[in-house]
Amino acid sequence: MLKINGIKRGIVIDHIKAGLGYKIYKELKLDQANYTTALIKNVCSNKLGKKDLIKIDNVIDFDLNILGLIDPGLTITIIEDEKVVDKIKLSVPEQVEGILTCKNPRCVSTIEHIDNILFTLVDPEKKEYKCEFCDTRTSL
Amino acid sequence: MLKGKHLIEPGDLTIEELEAIFTLADAIIQDPKKYSDTCKGHLLATLFYEPSTRTRFSFEAAMLRLGGEIIGFSEPNSSSVSKGESIGDTIRTIGCYADIAVMRHPKEGAPKLASKHATIPVINAGDGGHQHPTQTLTDLLTIRSYRKSISNNVIGLCGDLKFGRTVHSLVKALSRYEHMKFVFIAPPELEIPPYIIEELGDHPYDRTSSLEDAMPELDILYMTRIQKERFFNEEDYLRLKGYYILDQKKLEHAKEDMIIMHPLPRVDEIHTEVDQDPRAIYFNQAKYGMYVRMALIVKLLGLGGDLHA
Repeated sequence: MLKINGIKRGIVIDHIKAGLGYKIYKELKLDQANYTTALIKNVCSNKLGKKDLIKIDNVIDFDLNILGLIDPGLTITIIEDEKVVDKIKLSVPEQVEGILTCKNPRCVSTIEHIDNILFTLVDPEKKEYKCEFCDTRTSL
Repeated sequence: MLKGKHLIEPGDLTIEELEAIFTLADAIIQDPKKYSDTCKGHLLATLFYEPSTRTRFSFEAAMLRLGGEIIGFSEPNSSSVSKGESIGDTIRTIGCYADIAVMRHPKEGAPKLASKHATIPVINAGDGGHQHPTQTLTDLLTIRSYRKSISNNVIGLCGDLKFGRTVHSLVKALSRYEHMKFVFIAPPELEIPPYIIEELGDHPYDRTSSLEDAMPELDILYMTRIQKERFFNEEDYLRLKGYYILDQKKLEHAKEDMIIMHPLPRVDEIHTEVDQDPRAIYFNQAKYGMYVRMALIVKLLGLGGDLHA
């Protein structure tokens, strides 16, 4: 059995839907990290059958909306002195900014540089958002 | 109430604000001379990034009839846009010269982007296949005038419902009124987008590709052109062009008091023989368009005081 050591101070992202771990790992730029990280795939889970898990041996800042967008079912545990100090549950964010890009070729965002396009949730089931400029639906 | 606001989509105005605009438009129609100096000393900028004779003329005529002046461009190649200037920079600069701006742009959301940078009111005069709110004001004023009430009507929208921004804006606006029924008449390739259907709320609606089947029920028939400029593929355009042609024969099954509307320009979707039919009101609709734009400009500039209340 694969053994990954516990962490003294850091973050555990758990209950990631199997297959999405690598996407989150990349999104949080953990592939470029100079501290210890672990991406564990296809861990047996009573709740999910199989899940992915990420351990980060560091406390980092990240946008919870990005994680909520990728997998609102995951959980985040913050660890200090080897003890759990906080647990964060996510949901699909109502609005996201600067994460999605509009897929409508007629949208003004295809010709103008716009830093933070606001997308508003219109279908939580499909995780679909509408562009603030052209109303076109898009998802991650 | 409306001073300094932008009009990017019909939802930017409340029902009360719409009513105030229509009331002023009615007053202007009754006595245009009374308003001929209302905008004296004020400047309207017309920023037309794609060709549009009709809408541009309508705005220009509106401002001139109010005693105001006009600056602007009618194609981007004749402006700094050809040098790569951003929409934000253009509107900020224009705001130093003009009191109000009208923008037509082929890209959807361009006027909204402009409004985020603007120091003067911005009016969306059409953005791609997205919205055309002043056409909606035109349509609502026309319906209000001919049908006596905007509520309590069955409206059939026929033609290009996918890319037809006039339809999108109108449906969105009409869905705010009571007891409306919508009949969407389009070939499968040009059906109304789902996000517009979502705007309907509890209003009943039907979809059909048959104009003949829909006709007897309608109080309003809103015809639209199959727009060549919205197609990426010429073959698709040629196949769908001429899908619906309204003629006298089809009108035999229509109600006597139905009205036939069209945002214009017409190509061949309404046979010219229909022009003589008293139900055909599309040219008067264009006239209402100028009056309602006059009222809108006055309101957004906050001019007139009690005279225009």
